[in-house]
Amino acid sequence: MEGLSKKSAVVGGAFLIVLAILPLVMFFSGNIFLIDIFTRLVILAIAGTSLYLLLGVAGLPSFGHAAYLGLGAYAVGIPVHYATMGGAEWLASYNGWWQFFLAIFVSALFALITGAISLRTRGVHFIMITMAFSQMIFYALISLEEYGADDGLSVYASSEFPFVMLDNPLHLYGVCFGSLLLVLYIVHRLQHSPFGRVLQAAKQNETRVLASGVNPFKYRLLAYVMAGVIAGYAGALMANFSLFISPDMVEWSRSGELMFMVILGGSQHILGPLVGSSLFILLEFVLSRWTIYWHLPFGIILLLVVLFGRGGIMGMLRRDSQS
Amino acid sequence: MDTILLITQAVNGLQLGVLLFLLSAGLTLTFGIMDLINLAHASFYMLGAFFGASVAIYTGSFTLGFSAAIIGVLAVAWIIEKGIISRLYTRDHLDQLLATFGLILIADTLVHMIWGPAGLAIALPPLLQGQLTLGGVTLPSYRVLIIGVGLLVALGLYCLVNHTRTGMLIRAGASNRQMLSNLGVDVGSLFAAVFCMGAALAGIAGILITPITEASIGMGNDIIITAFVVVIIGGIGSIKGAFIAAIIIGMIDTFGRAFLDQLFMTVMPAETAETAAPAVSAMLIYILMAVILSLRPAGLFPPKLR
Repeated sequence: MEGLSKKSAVVGGAFLIVLAILPLVMFFSGNIFLIDIFTRLVILAIAGTSLYLLLGVAGLPSFGHAAYLGLGAYAVGIPVHYATMGGAEWLASYNGWWQFFLAIFVSALFALITGAISLRTRGVHFIMITMAFSQMIFYALISLEEYGADDGLSVYASSEFPFVMLDNPLHLYGVCFGSLLLVLYIVHRLQHSPFGRVLQAAKQNETRVLASGVNPFKYRLLAYVMAGVIAGYAGALMANFSLFISPDMVEWSRSGELMFMVILGGSQHILGPLVGSSLFILLEFVLSRWTIYWHLPFGIILLLVVLFGRGGIMGMLRRDSQS
Repeated sequence: MDTILLITQAVNGLQLGVLLFLLSAGLTLTFGIMDLINLAHASFYMLGAFFGASVAIYTGSFTLGFSAAIIGVLAVAWIIEKGIISRLYTRDHLDQLLATFGLILIADTLVHMIWGPAGLAIALPPLLQGQLTLGGVTLPSYRVLIIGVGLLVALGLYCLVNHTRTGMLIRAGASNRQMLSNLGVDVGSLFAAVFCMGAALAGIAGILITPITEASIGMGNDIIITAFVVVIIGGIGSIKGAFIAAIIIGMIDTFGRAFLDQLFMTVMPAETAETAAPAVSAMLIYILMAVILSLRPAGLFPPKLR
């Protein structure tokens, strides 16, 4: 895991540079639509990177990660809803600090509670329980008539921050891209900290870690909460990006797509989720233009990647450079 | 709360429980024996509904549709087992999950291409359209039929697993696969047979629900997660556990949706109760799962010896 091959680092770095420059070029040449695609890509990459912390570093295959995107998005949408429609004065606000605080707080709380329960289990149990908890959020959102139930909720105003206007596509992209860099930096530091070492050790051999007097449960729970917070933050950005939120964001197939992005890019490399979400968006963009049945080739590609493409794109690059 | 309403809801709960059992029986067996997590089980449920509904519409016979659902799903399950699933047994659970997620996308799109975006509705045969009066309570006879079929399948599975040689092999596979293989049993064929049987049960559940809801694309994708919850609560690999958990969940879900708002109104203002009750009742089975897992992390009836 440590031996970051030069090749994959170069490819990952190239992706980052393209992401930094290309949207600017597009914006100034008047392609607003394309900057939207890049914004979505970057937000998904943030969520994917938080999943990498669980899957790649701690070896915890959470299959309910979309729940945090939904929680974060509704933490922006609900205060805006009340501020526009009236009611619930303690909650209603256009203030971005308040909304993002809510997103992070709610995600952390949900991760703490569900993590404390699901981390007691392993393997299939863990996968299915995380999935079930995210479906719980899905059904709860679907039955809340107050917030539009399954019709979803329009976010009438972007989060208000000093200096940056999130309703300006370029500002929003800048914030998202900056956030991605920050998240990549944080996760990288975490991975190489003593905390990250414990997680990786527990992934490889839990018994040994226990025998050295360290209980991995606390570390895993903390990682679980951190990943939830980052994904919740991505959800708050998502609400500002799409300005419309609905329970669909939380459906388990969204979690599956997120997992696919991480696996496609490579779950053993920190830039894997970024590469994966780029390919995912590209596939979706190309295939959905080609046919309305684009889920068919998409499903086939997913199947082939899982059956034959072990280690994802980053894994292939590493194997190349090692041989 | 009068007794008639209570009994009607109990029958609804039982019906949901029985459907959940039909779905989770296959899931829990494939988990228990093959250590395979199969999301595409949802697609067998959907395919059963579509195969059955098309034949029922074409021939006008619900019985023929029912048989077609079973045969069609068996055939598809056999092909998928040979072509794809058999390659996944040795993979980790995440790979299995993603590959079968891919299968769901493929199945949903193929159904969309063949049958179009709208669902398929079928009418009940006249014989089953009526009402049944049992001890002063009137029940739709079709719901009683669903419950009957479900209980019959449960009984049949119980006999198969506990009192036949095949059942013995299945149980042996669930407790120690390697040993079974070393003893000269063709584990590959056993896997394939169990997989197809589980798929057929899901197909039966699919065609049974079609006259009530209609066959639609992705109809299995939500209920499959509830079936997972059943399997977890019951204990992975346990048919008995799946049956008990399915009935409990069916009851709790139905009663929660029916009566929780009244219960809430006794302790909080009506307006708050009306908002909170649907959300809480939707979360009820997951809360139950959380509680059971915190007491017994391996579920109610974990199979002995791995």
